[in-house]
Amino acid sequence: MLQAFSLIVRRELRLALRRKGDVLNVLVFFVVVASLFPLGVGPEPNQLRAMAAGVVWIAALLAAVLSLPRLFATDYADGTLEQMLVSPQPLIVVVLAKAAAHWLLTGLPLALAAPLIGLQYDLPAGALGVLLASLLIGTPVLSLLGAAGAALTLGVRGGGALLGLLVLPLFVPVLVFGAGAVTATLIGINPSAHLSLLGAFLAVSSLIGPWAACAALRVALD
Amino acid sequence: MAFDLFRFAAPQAFFPLAGKLIPWFSILAGMLALAGLYIAFFVAPTDHQQGEAYRIIFIHVPAAWMSMFLYVVMAGWAGVGLALNTRLSGMMASAIAPTGALFTFVALWSGALWGKPTWGTWWVWDARLTSELVLLFLYLGFIALKGAIPDPVRADRAGAILALVGVVNVPIIYFSVQWWNTLHQGASVSLMRAPSMAATMLFGMLLMALAAWMYSFATAFARLRAIILERERDAEWVRLQRAAA
Amino acid sequence: MNWGSLDAFLAMGGYGTYVWGSYGVTILCIILEILSLKTSKGRSTA
Repeated sequence: MLQAFSLIVRRELRLALRRKGDVLNVLVFFVVVASLFPLGVGPEPNQLRAMAAGVVWIAALLAAVLSLPRLFATDYADGTLEQMLVSPQPLIVVVLAKAAAHWLLTGLPLALAAPLIGLQYDLPAGALGVLLASLLIGTPVLSLLGAAGAALTLGVRGGGALLGLLVLPLFVPVLVFGAGAVTATLIGINPSAHLSLLGAFLAVSSLIGPWAACAALRVALD
Repeated sequence: MAFDLFRFAAPQAFFPLAGKLIPWFSILAGMLALAGLYIAFFVAPTDHQQGEAYRIIFIHVPAAWMSMFLYVVMAGWAGVGLALNTRLSGMMASAIAPTGALFTFVALWSGALWGKPTWGTWWVWDARLTSELVLLFLYLGFIALKGAIPDPVRADRAGAILALVGVVNVPIIYFSVQWWNTLHQGASVSLMRAPSMAATMLFGMLLMALAAWMYSFATAFARLRAIILERERDAEWVRLQRAAA
Repeated sequence: MNWGSLDAFLAMGGYGTYVWGSYGVTILCIILEILSLKTSKGRSTA
């Protein structure tokens, strides 16, 4: 099973790196959105510092939603997904592998780029570290729950926006705990409670997300 | 008796039953609403802190209760449909959704109108209102997903998965929003806690909630009948029904 | 009885807009829902 998992992850990465544009697009989108907020609310440093956590996190959510439709769509279109469904490998391995690859291509780069955005918003070093940590823990949730959303909207018209509508409300806890951790650091509170809750939600979504995605894939391909 | 009840799992059997029940639920809803409104306006005393504005509570709280209750019921029926492959259950979930969304909207609207004279702003980012807003998004997502999938069986199943994921997440979302609210507002201002719950007020809200529940039965059954006619339109009994009508 | 007159009832201690705004929109929503159900039923049995 582990072999199948790593095989699929490597396949996903190889396919994605053939279309580097897609991956970079998401990252650039993230940076652009985060850079637009000061243009909208004004350059006042104190205000921006207070907003930073929320802005970075929301930009991450939007960037994730942007990249999710592609998770199953290409394989669905050329019949590979059906093959995966009838293969001896349990479908959940496929889903977990795809979610992991999605995170490596989307969540991880976003998390690593976030401290740079944080600097734009004049976040202190401690807060930057917490921002990185919160995104590293939280972005996998986006991939796991997002996979369920992508599976539910597979081949459905209006897919992208509909996917966003379905999945963004479910991301509320990640946003609250993730951004909250950084905000807590700014006012001097230890963020460990937030980060623990974020970790707990990651654990919960690693159960719910893949289950829902498998069920939804079977529904879509029946 | 139990054997007889399962008969109604067939759309054809439930259709006439629902039709007969709708008037009864409507009458009950009307009577309970009148009783509740009587208490709301003519029995419940004026609140010392909020004046007459607090009477909005008799709409706001029952609507909020129903919005949450209906979501759980909807998810329940959707889940039953997913597990047991019963068409009627999925149709029932679809029938409940718009009424649930309506109550969520009413809860939000009345919450805003209650917030303005009480706290000075049209919107208060307190835990319950914010969670209610997220609940509205969950309802809209469910309705949108069902509407976007042309095949009704796939739509029912996909909607069921979404509803079940939603129902598990709603407590988590509520908890996280409460957490967020206390972090950002310190001594949190709760729209619920402001007037001390006199027994009369509670009784009034209960009556309105029961009225809303009876109303939901009536609207859900009416919508269900329309959905049955639409989905089963190729069935012989539906064609006979329409020919007779 | 809480109210001295119909005027007092409608004014709701100054909060009339808010109270009747809430109840009014609720009743409006209910009416709209019932109407939409009546027409959809009509369409299906057409």
